[in-house]
Amino acid sequence: MSNVTLNVNGSMHTLDIDPSTPLLYILRNDLGLQGPRFGCGLGQCGLCTVIINGVATRSCITPVSTVKSEVTTLEGIAKGGKLHPLQQAWIDEQVPQCGFCQNGQIMTAKALLDKNPNPTDAQIREGMNRTLCRCMTYYRIQAAIKRAANAIAAAPPSQEVAEKEVVA
Amino acid sequence: MTPFTKVPKQVEEVLGNLNGTTSRRNLLKSAGMLVVSFTAAGTGPLTQEAKAQAAASAAGPYPDPDFRQLDSWIVIHQDGTATFYVGKTDCGQGTGTGFRQLMSDELDIAYDKTSCIMGSTDNTVDQGGSGGSTAMERDAWPMRRAAAEARRVLLEMGSSRLGVPVDQLTVSAGVITVKADPSKRVTYGELVGGKRFNVTLTGNNVNAVTGVAQVKPVQEHKFTGQSPQRYDIPAKVDGSLKWAVDVKLPGMVHARNVKPPVAGAKLISLDESSVRNLPGFIKVVNKGNYVAVVCEREEQAINAARQLKANWEKPATSPFPSSENLFKYMRDAAPTSSSNPIVVGNPEAAMAGAAKVIEADYDIPFQGHTAISPAHAMADPSNGQMTIYSNDMKSYGMRTGVAAFLGMPREKVRVVWMEGPQGFGRTAADDAGCEAAYLAKEIGRPVRVQWMRNEETAWDTKAPAFAVKMRGGLDAAGNLVALDYNALAADYNHVGYNEPDTVLIAQLQGIRRARPAAGSAATPSEMYAIPHRRMTSQVVSLPMVWETPLRTGNLRDPNGPQSTFASESFIDELAAAAKADPLEFRMKLLTASTTDDTGFKRARSIAVVKAASEAYGWDKRPSPKPRDAGDILTGRGFAYAFRGQTIAAEIAEVEVNRKTGHVWVKRLVCAHDCGLMVNPEALRHTVECAMLHSVSRALHEEVQFDTEKVTSVDWNSHPTLTHSDVPARIDVVLVNGDPNPKRPDLPPYGAGETACKPMLAAVANAIYDATGVRLRRVPFRDARVLAALQTARV
Repeated sequence: MSNVTLNVNGSMHTLDIDPSTPLLYILRNDLGLQGPRFGCGLGQCGLCTVIINGVATRSCITPVSTVKSEVTTLEGIAKGGKLHPLQQAWIDEQVPQCGFCQNGQIMTAKALLDKNPNPTDAQIREGMNRTLCRCMTYYRIQAAIKRAANAIAAAPPSQEVAEKEVVA
Repeated sequence: MTPFTKVPKQVEEVLGNLNGTTSRRNLLKSAGMLVVSFTAAGTGPLTQEAKAQAAASAAGPYPDPDFRQLDSWIVIHQDGTATFYVGKTDCGQGTGTGFRQLMSDELDIAYDKTSCIMGSTDNTVDQGGSGGSTAMERDAWPMRRAAAEARRVLLEMGSSRLGVPVDQLTVSAGVITVKADPSKRVTYGELVGGKRFNVTLTGNNVNAVTGVAQVKPVQEHKFTGQSPQRYDIPAKVDGSLKWAVDVKLPGMVHARNVKPPVAGAKLISLDESSVRNLPGFIKVVNKGNYVAVVCEREEQAINAARQLKANWEKPATSPFPSSENLFKYMRDAAPTSSSNPIVVGNPEAAMAGAAKVIEADYDIPFQGHTAISPAHAMADPSNGQMTIYSNDMKSYGMRTGVAAFLGMPREKVRVVWMEGPQGFGRTAADDAGCEAAYLAKEIGRPVRVQWMRNEETAWDTKAPAFAVKMRGGLDAAGNLVALDYNALAADYNHVGYNEPDTVLIAQLQGIRRARPAAGSAATPSEMYAIPHRRMTSQVVSLPMVWETPLRTGNLRDPNGPQSTFASESFIDELAAAAKADPLEFRMKLLTASTTDDTGFKRARSIAVVKAASEAYGWDKRPSPKPRDAGDILTGRGFAYAFRGQTIAAEIAEVEVNRKTGHVWVKRLVCAHDCGLMVNPEALRHTVECAMLHSVSRALHEEVQFDTEKVTSVDWNSHPTLTHSDVPARIDVVLVNGDPNPKRPDLPPYGAGETACKPMLAAVANAIYDATGVRLRRVPFRDARVLAALQTARV
């Protein structure tokens, strides 16, 4: 056991924990988060996905000792009481059936759009390919990602506008 | 009354958050005084429910909610909102939203002033939970009748309050108004908010429950037929929903199972010292071949279960043939049971007189549920009762099963249903609930158990493998005159619903029922008029019957996809032999008779087939089409089937890569008739996903095993459909093919499963159309398709 400090959704947490513990169990059982979920424990399905350093990361196979940057979970992507455009698109497209995998879908899609705000159909398929859904909601997930990309392009968050202005 | 008759606070919060309402328990507690005054007004001194509760409280804290009490179904709050309590669970198709639409219409209340609580055995009447796509078809009827009765009772109360006869009142959105003087009005909340109705309903069983009032003609429904967004979705995308996996209780511990390393292995000894000193270790629990390790923390339990040293003895003989040899084994085995063949006309004579006879064998392997989350449950054993927090789709069955398994009175056991991964029958035969309860009783603390991925994929319940022989005779004009269907299903000892002698923990502990379930094989479900036919279905058994990972259970439209893969592929083969367009060939079989059933299934089948053909833009020609020149071969395939009274006609368009054998299902069309459409958009999505579920079964899914164990243990060894497989276009056409489509009593039929049924055949037929190669063995993985193309020199 040792002290581990984690920044999760902007809040700092210090825990006395076995440092080899996969991040997933700490997020769920110590910090009470419900977005990331166990699906396989093998990094194959994506249910446990969180974002670290802009990368969609499978928290079920990520030892907590390796986490050095802020961890963003599904609970942390809405800003100022407003859902992230992906979450809103998920509602508008009525994407979920059971919904159990949708944390992985939304977080993987967010990392994808953060890197590539206007992905092609092929890039969406490739970027989402290892994120599984057994209700087979894929068709609407892909539609929702395109909807969210359009929404972000139409009303970019202020920070991104500022960055573009600097570039220009 | 013990404190455990209350739903724990955190679950109250779950229910409250999800439904935007106060809980029933709080309501009834706070309404205590009001009940007395209301009772004094003349509805009887002691209701049946109160009597039942008084009798049951001696046995335990969780008496069955009385389905004959209106208060068990509907609570009106003081603010004029209503909560509906229904004995159903949702496997992800949004049935709760549909119940709210139908009940709001019958009650005459605004949809957005209502909420719905489902499936917790001490709070909602026993409607069996989910299964068989019965939500709208069967179980919404008593809900509708209860809501209609509540409206009638409220109108009578309004009549007394306003001093005006009922026939001079009107009601809309929960407000009763005097027709002649709209300033005179009273709301539902003012009449009964926070109080009991104390109205007794009639009916011998929950399905027959009714009051005096009649339900409305469907034309008078406002919300039914609209598509309000599903109420459960926002909390599923913002992370706020508490699922069954999220339940936390003070003092809880974590358990993981240790499964036999090979099927049929017998536990000889356990070396507890191999884990005793691991951090958080609490106990190894063992009875027979059931082994679990309990630790303080989840990751500790996972680690300890992996490290526990156990000595297992392999069985003397192989528990099953390998998956490579399965179909030969099945064909050689003596069936354990046969249904009486369904015979029409004289099939042998007709076959003998046919101008052309063809036959073919079709093989469908075991396919798993492989739910996206492994089985899980939390059980709380405090104060001599047992509460199980579970996503079991048949929570009522689990309660009965757990009570019997533990030898506890039912009244001391309850199941609190919470959301989980897709049901599709796996959670009707849930294993984790019994395990959690057993472990909680052993440990004396709340226990959360969850299976690991390799356990779930290897040991979940399976859809049975099928080996089907088809034979058909055509006359000289290419008409189908005789058809013979003969199915073998490896379905002996089919697992039931949370039965205390068939759940896996019971099997591993050595419990055996005297007569294993016979199992079944399905027959085709179409309305073709074929003058001579025979349909035979037989069950075979693998060597190992108990404690086997190849135990069969219900998987979404149980046996339908297997049976229909054979029958609808073969109809295509017959059409090709007759050089006929495969859709036209079927239409001829549908229109060859005009006799119909009471649900007009033939007429509706014809309407659905036409609708699919039009939506796709089907051009008439025989299959296969002239082969494309390049590496990508394209084709289209059709298949149709019904399930109960719901009918689906499906068209798949495929691209087959001649060089790799890879199949992409590029476009899908489904025309679908399930009678009354309660929420068309939710229905459309359910149909889309049901089709893709079967595309996954067609292209990817097969449980593989050697002669000792299942070797499909994760998403690499039991692959599933992925984002890359998704069609470029899906069209769902919702059809109302009733001969009298506007009839006021148009019934809703089940919609969760039918669209699964024809798709395996539609994909095979499309591959044939593209390549001229007939695939008769599922799944159509690249290597299998490539081998078939190479054999045929495509």
